[in-house]
Amino acid sequence: MSWYLFLPIALPFVTAVICFLIRRCGSAGRWISVAGSALLLAISVALMGQVWSQGVVAGQMGGWDAPFGITLVADLLSAVMVVITAITGLAVSVYALIDIDSRREKLGYHALFQVLLAGVCGAFLTGDLFNMYVWFEVMLIASFGLLALGAERAQIDGAVKYVALNLVSTVIFLSAIGLLYGMTGTLNLADLHHAVDGVENKGLLTVVAVLFMVAFGIKAAVFPLFFWLPASYHTPPVAISAVFAGLLTKVGVYAMMRMFTLVFTHDVAYTHGLLLVVAGLTMVTGVLGAAAQSDIRKILSFHIVSQIGYMIMGLALYTPLALVGAVFYLVHHIVVKANLFLVAGVAKRLTGSFELSDIGGLYRASPLLAVLFLIPAFSLAGFPPLSGFWAKFLLIKASLDIGSYAIAATALVVGLLTVYSMTKIWTEAFWKPHPDGAEPALSMLDGRTRAALLLPIAALAAMTITIGFFPEPFVAFAERAAVQLMEPDEYIRAVTGAAS
Amino acid sequence: MEVVLALLVGILVAASVYLMLGRNLLRFVFGLVLLSNAANLTIFASGRLVRANPPLVPDGLSAPPEIVANALPQALILTAIVIGFGLLAFALALMLRAYRTLGTLNSDDMRDAEPLPEPAEPTAGGDRTS
Repeated sequence: MSWYLFLPIALPFVTAVICFLIRRCGSAGRWISVAGSALLLAISVALMGQVWSQGVVAGQMGGWDAPFGITLVADLLSAVMVVITAITGLAVSVYALIDIDSRREKLGYHALFQVLLAGVCGAFLTGDLFNMYVWFEVMLIASFGLLALGAERAQIDGAVKYVALNLVSTVIFLSAIGLLYGMTGTLNLADLHHAVDGVENKGLLTVVAVLFMVAFGIKAAVFPLFFWLPASYHTPPVAISAVFAGLLTKVGVYAMMRMFTLVFTHDVAYTHGLLLVVAGLTMVTGVLGAAAQSDIRKILSFHIVSQIGYMIMGLALYTPLALVGAVFYLVHHIVVKANLFLVAGVAKRLTGSFELSDIGGLYRASPLLAVLFLIPAFSLAGFPPLSGFWAKFLLIKASLDIGSYAIAATALVVGLLTVYSMTKIWTEAFWKPHPDGAEPALSMLDGRTRAALLLPIAALAAMTITIGFFPEPFVAFAERAAVQLMEPDEYIRAVTGAAS
Repeated sequence: MEVVLALLVGILVAASVYLMLGRNLLRFVFGLVLLSNAANLTIFASGRLVRANPPLVPDGLSAPPEIVANALPQALILTAIVIGFGLLAFALALMLRAYRTLGTLNSDDMRDAEPLPEPAEPTAGGDRTS
């Protein structure tokens, strides 16, 4: 059994236990959280190296061979998702050194944060459907705790909506698992790939596929199931919003990519056709919703919805190039989105509000911060040569290749409307003078605060630029990941072959 | 027997949807309890209902001598019940907290996270969703 597979799940749990035990002992918990996240990054990079050199890695837990036991398996998509989870975790835990007040620390912020990372890593690494449900729950209960932590009025209000809709999604997921098990007699994802061929009633299989689509669709916040997201993501402190924005919806996207490449490929014209319509509508509603908002965090929340549409579009087109685009988009988006929330947090610290009409003058206060905002913002909108340009380029090329002109046009128009929202934040928050005549300055923050807040932002922006200027290795990586998704033989051999 | 269970699941889902469509959050939680039980029964029925022996292996053998009941759905349901219990307990605690903090359990009145825009001038229609 490969320890690399097990450690990304176990390590955050250990960190969480330590953080929980010492949550009242001043600042020690913060640093342990940072150290735990850094160690997680090291392990996940090692895992990625192993997958890159040896192909898909699988391990059977508890000595029960697949398909009876629980399998942990990492292909390139899983491995890169774990790495990006660790990167986001590290960036946010550094930011949280300053951003999280001591009251929330005493309530156990760091412990919940690490449990969230464990749940996310578990969902990415598991090769068993029911086990995936369990990791979804781990992730969910930690996110419930984080969202409600501190119990401000808006937070409780947001948490009610978030909890309610996510619990419904959970129950749908569970029912779908039960029905699929009833039809195939197995829960192992690799085993399911062949087992679904034996199902005679393909119509019933499509029904179950759509049940999974709805369950993951609620998690991923696609149209018309996204309402919980803009209702809740702007309520907690930025260090919580950022990790939610970066990771949580993407677990739903990942699960959808896994199920609709490995298991449900019996009726691509219907299931993936439906996904394509959903993708287009998600993009459009998200970006229009963002245009109507005036709170930075709400604008960014609606843009999460809109961006999810692009990833689903890559899956729905279901060609090798489209999946390359989807994998590339997934990685680029997590970095950019988490970063934009972190920038919004600094903007609030300097100017006193998230409301665009109440703030301004940030460019004069800090040209550095302005540049650090422009990089992820333009990358989100898809300006060359930043990472978002390549992601959108791959997807639109893939859709033109197979003649899906409508979705290509939608993607381009939505990209243009994204620029509108980003320039709105730019002119209101950065360019115009502060309405109260106040002159915010970066020197209002002391040196340590500045370092803890700006370091993760600068690091993530550097990643965006690196992906943008040197896309070649990243695209090559995404190509290999997409091949593994399109032709799952290697994945299946790794899981069932490891049994013998 | 499957038909009876299927009908029961149908009734439970219908009742839970009815409860969840109400504005009162407590009714919503009760609906969720029914729905998660319906999901558990679905898994139970998916594992096939047969008159068979318990899946026990007697001493000295490595496999049961005759056909036995499928134990996996029960293990799944047990896990799902435990997880569901935890989540519902959290949901109930959250609703209580919401009632104390926001002073209402009517979901239409919960507008703290997304306040309605101030009515500039009376408009026809009255859009409540923005």
